[in-house]
Amino acid sequence: MEQNLLLTILILIPLIGSFLILFINKNQTNIIKYAGIGISTIAFIFSLILYFQFDPANPDFQFIDKFQWINGLHIHFHVGVDGMSLLLVLLTTFLTPLTLVSSWSSIQDKVKEFTFFFLMLEVGMLGVFISLDLFLFYIFWEAMLIPMYFIIGIWGGKERIYAAVKFFIYTMFGSLLMLVALIWLAVYAIGPIGYFTTDLTELYKVAPQIPMDIQIWMFLAFAFSFAIKVPLFPLHTWLPDAHTQAPTAGSVILAGVLLKMGTYGLLRFNIPLFPEASILAAPYISVLAVIGIIYGALVAMVQTDVKRLVAYSSVSHLGFVVLGIFAMTQESVQGAIIQMVNHGLSTGALFLLVGIIYERTHTREISDYGGIAKLVPVFSFALMFASLSSLGLPALNGFVGEFLILLGSFQSPILNSWWFTVFAASGVIFAAVYLLWMYQRVVFGEVTNQKLVGLKDMNGREIFVLAPIFILIVWIGIYPGTFLKVSDRSTAKVIKMIYSPEKINPVTLKINQPSK
Amino acid sequence: MRELMYLTVILPLFGFLFNGIFGSKIKNEKIIGIIGSSTVGISFLIALGAFFETLGLPVDQRQKIVTLFSWLHIGNLDVSFAYQIDQLSLVMALIVTGVGFVIHVYSIGYMHGDKAFWRFFSYMNLFIFAMMNLVLADNFVLLFLGWEGVGLCSYLLIGFWYDRKFEKSTVADASKKAFIVNRIGDFGFLLGMFLIFMTFGSLNFNQVFSRAVSFNVPEYVFGFIALFLFIGATGKSAQIPLYIWLPDAMAGPTPVSALIHAATMVTAGVYMVARTSIIYASAPSILMVVAIIGTLTAFFAATIGIVQNDIKKVLAYSTVSQLGYMFMAMGVGAFSAGIFHVMTHAFFKALLFLGAGSVIHSMHDDQNIQNYGGLKKYMPATYLTFLAASLAISGIPPFAGFFSKDEILWYSFANGSIIYWIVGAFTAFLTAFYIFRLYILTFEGKERFGHDKHPHESPAVMTVPLIILAVLSVIGGFIGIPSVFSGEHGNQFHNWLAPLFKDADRKLAIYNFHTHFQEILLMSLSVILGLGGIILAAYIYLKKPQIAANTARKFKGIYNLLWNKYFVDEAYDTVVVNPIVTGSRSFLWKIADNKIIDGAVNGAAKLVDILSINIRKLQTGVAQFYALVMMLGLVAALFWIILSL
Repeated sequence: MEQNLLLTILILIPLIGSFLILFINKNQTNIIKYAGIGISTIAFIFSLILYFQFDPANPDFQFIDKFQWINGLHIHFHVGVDGMSLLLVLLTTFLTPLTLVSSWSSIQDKVKEFTFFFLMLEVGMLGVFISLDLFLFYIFWEAMLIPMYFIIGIWGGKERIYAAVKFFIYTMFGSLLMLVALIWLAVYAIGPIGYFTTDLTELYKVAPQIPMDIQIWMFLAFAFSFAIKVPLFPLHTWLPDAHTQAPTAGSVILAGVLLKMGTYGLLRFNIPLFPEASILAAPYISVLAVIGIIYGALVAMVQTDVKRLVAYSSVSHLGFVVLGIFAMTQESVQGAIIQMVNHGLSTGALFLLVGIIYERTHTREISDYGGIAKLVPVFSFALMFASLSSLGLPALNGFVGEFLILLGSFQSPILNSWWFTVFAASGVIFAAVYLLWMYQRVVFGEVTNQKLVGLKDMNGREIFVLAPIFILIVWIGIYPGTFLKVSDRSTAKVIKMIYSPEKINPVTLKINQPSK
Repeated sequence: MRELMYLTVILPLFGFLFNGIFGSKIKNEKIIGIIGSSTVGISFLIALGAFFETLGLPVDQRQKIVTLFSWLHIGNLDVSFAYQIDQLSLVMALIVTGVGFVIHVYSIGYMHGDKAFWRFFSYMNLFIFAMMNLVLADNFVLLFLGWEGVGLCSYLLIGFWYDRKFEKSTVADASKKAFIVNRIGDFGFLLGMFLIFMTFGSLNFNQVFSRAVSFNVPEYVFGFIALFLFIGATGKSAQIPLYIWLPDAMAGPTPVSALIHAATMVTAGVYMVARTSIIYASAPSILMVVAIIGTLTAFFAATIGIVQNDIKKVLAYSTVSQLGYMFMAMGVGAFSAGIFHVMTHAFFKALLFLGAGSVIHSMHDDQNIQNYGGLKKYMPATYLTFLAASLAISGIPPFAGFFSKDEILWYSFANGSIIYWIVGAFTAFLTAFYIFRLYILTFEGKERFGHDKHPHESPAVMTVPLIILAVLSVIGGFIGIPSVFSGEHGNQFHNWLAPLFKDADRKLAIYNFHTHFQEILLMSLSVILGLGGIILAAYIYLKKPQIAANTARKFKGIYNLLWNKYFVDEAYDTVVVNPIVTGSRSFLWKIADNKIIDGAVNGAAKLVDILSINIRKLQTGVAQFYALVMMLGLVAALFWIILSL
C-alpha cells in the first residue's frame, strides 16, 4: 500500500483541531476564535506545501495514501489529489480561515459550537475532494451535511429551521440514490475484478464497460445526487432558502465550496465512470444548465432581498460550470474548473459584503438602501469590484472561466450545436443587468433612508478578509496560468477517458479544422 | 520607441492606480491633474516616436509585436498580453493619446473644485489604459478586454455624478443603460470570437487573417463571423439598433463626452471592422448590411439632431450620425477613408464638445441652447474654435472634415451605389444645418439668457486645448488630400494604411472606372449642399426665427416624432424591457419557482407527511391487534409457499 501522509495530515489538522476546541472553556470566546482561525490557517499553509510539491506535468493522482479499511469488502482509506481536486482543496483551505475571521463579530452566541462545527465542515469538504474510494467519499459527503445543517439551523436567520431541513432532506434524497448506485456499481464490478471494491481507480477501469442500459441508470443516480448539490435547474430551490438563512460564514462556504462538490462529483465520477452515458446525457444536462443560466439570472434580477439575489446568481453561474463540464472539451472543462474557483471567490466576496452591511443595518431589503456611496466609499468600491468580477469583466477572474467555457462549448463535438453557447452567452448580458441594477439601487442615488445616516465604513478586519480574495480575483484574471496549469494534465486525462480510443475517435470528431 | 509601446498601456494604468489609491488623500488638484495628464502625454510622445520610427522602415517591416506575458494558453488557444504596432494601431494610438492628453489638460480646468476630482482622473486614466489595449491588441481576446474595459470606464464616468437626476430619470440609470446595451453588443462579439476560433483555430490577428486568405472557408461562415462582430460594433459605436445609450451618456461630465463618447471609444467598432477587413471583405452580403446600417444611422440621427435643444444632445446625435458615415465607408470597402474620418472626427467633435463644455460652464450648467445667444463677444476663444469645428463637420474646404467626409461620399458612390451617395449628401446638408443652428443660437444673435448669468471666457487651461484642437480641425485633413488633387503622390493617409487592407481590397476586387470629372462634380455638389445647410440655418435663426416655430407647428407630427427621437426608447421599454422584468417577477419567480418547483418539492414532503400520519395509525399499541396481523401474515405466507410448490 502506498504511503504519503501529507493529505491525511491535512485532513487531521481540522479534525484534531476541532476536538481541541472542545477543551476550551466556552466563555473564553476570543481564545476559541483565535484557535479556530489558527487551526484553519495551519491547514491552509499546509495545503500550500501540497501545491508546491505537486507535479503539474503528472496527470495522475498524487500524494496517495492508501490502507485497508474494511477488509472483506476491499474498502480502503484511499486519498490522493490530481490537479482538479488540488485547486478545490486550496479553495477550501483558503476560504475557511477567512470566513472564520469574517464571523468575528457577527457570531456572538455559542462561539465554541460554531467553531467546532466549522472545522468539522472543513474536514468533510476536504475529505470529499481527496477521497479516491467511493465509500469513503460517500462518508465525507454525508458527514459534511451535519455541521452545515447545524450552522444554518442554529446561527441562521428567521426561517432557519425550514431552510436547514429543506437543505438536509433535498441533499439526503439525492445521496441515497447515489448510495444505491454506488453499491450496484461495486457489485457489478465483482464480475470483471473478482471481488467487491469501491476503489475509484479500480472502478475507472471496469465501469466504462458496463452495458449502456445499466450504465445510464447508474449515471442518472449519481448525476441526480450531484445535480441537487450544484444545484442544477430545476433542483435548485433549496439554495435560495439555505443561502439566505445561513449566517454569512455559512453562505460563503455554501456558495464557495459546497456547491463545487456537485460539479466536482460530476467531473470526477460521472464522466470518467460512465463515459458513454455521459455523452448520451450531455445535451440534456446542458439544456438544463443553460436554462439555469438564464433562469437564475432573470429570477435574480427581480429579487428584493440582496442576499437572495446573490443566491440566485449562483444558480446562473453554476449553470456555466455544468455546461463546461458536459461540453467535454479541453477549453470548456478547464474553464469549468477555474470557474468553480472563481465562483467561490466572487460570490464568496459578495456574500461577505452583504454580511458586512447586514451586520450594521439588519436589513437585506434592497429598497432600504440607496445612496450609500457617500457614506461608505470603501464598501461601495468593494461591492463594485466583486460585482464586476461576478459579471465577468475581462482582466478579472470571472471572464477567464466564462470565456473558456463558452469557447469550448461552442465547438464541442458532443453538444454539436451553437445554440447552447448562444443562449448561455446571453447570461453575460443578464449578469450585468441584475448586478448593476442591484448596485445602482443600493449604492447610487441620494440617501433616502434616514436610518442609514451614520453608517460606518468597513473596518480593518473586514478589509483584511476581502483583500486576499480581491488579489486572487485580479491574479486569476490576468495570469490564470498559475492555476490553469495545475489542472491542465488532469483535465486532459479525464477528456481522454471520455474519448477512449476503442469507442469514439476524437480525431474524427474534431471539426475546428476545415479542409484547406 | 517601438519596443517601448507597451508603456503607453502601462503608464495610464499607473496613473489610474496612483490617483485611485492616493488621490483622496492628496487632495491637491494640481498634483492629481498633472499626474493624470502626464501619463497620457508621455504615452503620446512614445507613440509619436514609434510612429516616426515606423515611417522610416520599409513597408514589410512595419509590423512589430511586443509580447509581455501569456494570458490564456489551453489547447489550441494561446493568447498573450501582446501589443501589435503597425500602421493602423499607430494611427489609433496617436488619436487616443493625443486627443486624450488634450482633454485631460482641459479637464483640470473643467473639473476644478469637484469633490471627487481625483476619482475623475483615476477613471480617465483607466479609460486610456483600456482603450490602448483595444487598439494595440494583437489578438481578439485582448481587444475584447479593452472593449469591455472602455465600456466599464464609460459606465463609471457617465455615472460620475451618481447622485444627480438626469432628464426623466437619474444619472445612474443612464450609466447602467450604457453598460447593458454595450453588453448586448459584446454578446455578439463573443460569439464572433467563438466562431473565429472554431473556424481558424486561433484568435491571434496574424494567424486568423492569414488563414482567412488561405483556408477554404464557406462564405456563410465569414458572414456569421462578420455579423456577430458587427453586433458588437453597433453596441460600442452606437449604430442602429443599439445607438440608444449614447444620447443618455451625456449625463456624464463634458470632457467624458468629448473623449469617450465622441473621439475615441465610440470609434472602436469602426476600428474593429477595419482591423478585420479581410473577414468583412470575404462576406460581401454582410458588408452591405454594414453600409446600409451606417447610412441609415447617419441619416436618422441627423434628423433627430435638428430639433434638439440640449447642446450636448445635439452633439450626441451628431456623433451617432458621423459614426454612421464611418460605417458607410467600411461597408463600401473604403477602410482607410473610414479611419481617416475617425481621425478628423476625433479632432472636430472633441473640439465641439469641449467648446460646449466651456459654454455650459459660463452659463452655470444651463444646457438649453434656446437660453443662450450672442455669446461670441464674451468668449472669443471658445467662439472662434467652435466655428472652426462647425465648418469642419459641415465639410467646408479646406477644413479637416471636408477631406474625410468627401472621401467617404466619393467611395459610397464609386464602390457602392448612387443611393448611398444621395442619402449621405443629404445628411451632409442636414449636418451643416443642425450644427449651424446650434452655433448661431449659441454665439450669434440676441442674448436670451437672464441677468443672473455672467458669461465669461474659460481659463487658459481650457482654451489652449480648444486652440490645439482647432488647429488640427483646420489642417488635419491635409494628410489625406485625395489623389485627384495631389497627383502622383496619391493620398498620403491612404498609402500609409494601404498595406493593411490589401488582402481585403483584392478580395473585393474593386476596379475604379470612374473619372476625375465625376469625382470633382460630386465633391462640388456636396460642398454646395453643406454651404446650403449653413445658409439656411443662418437665414432661419438670424433673420426669420419665426420660420422655425411655424414649421414646428405646421408639421407637428414630424416634429414630435423627431423631438421624441422616433420613440425608440419607449418602444424598447414596451417590447423588450418591461416584458422581461415583469415576466421574470410575476411568472418565473412568483409562480415557476415558488409555486411550481418549490410547490412540487414541498408537496412531495407533504405527501410523505400525510402517508406517515396514516401509516402511524397502524401502530395502535394494542397487542391483540398485532397478534392478529401476525397471524394473517403467517397464513398468507403459508399459502404463498404452498401455491408456489
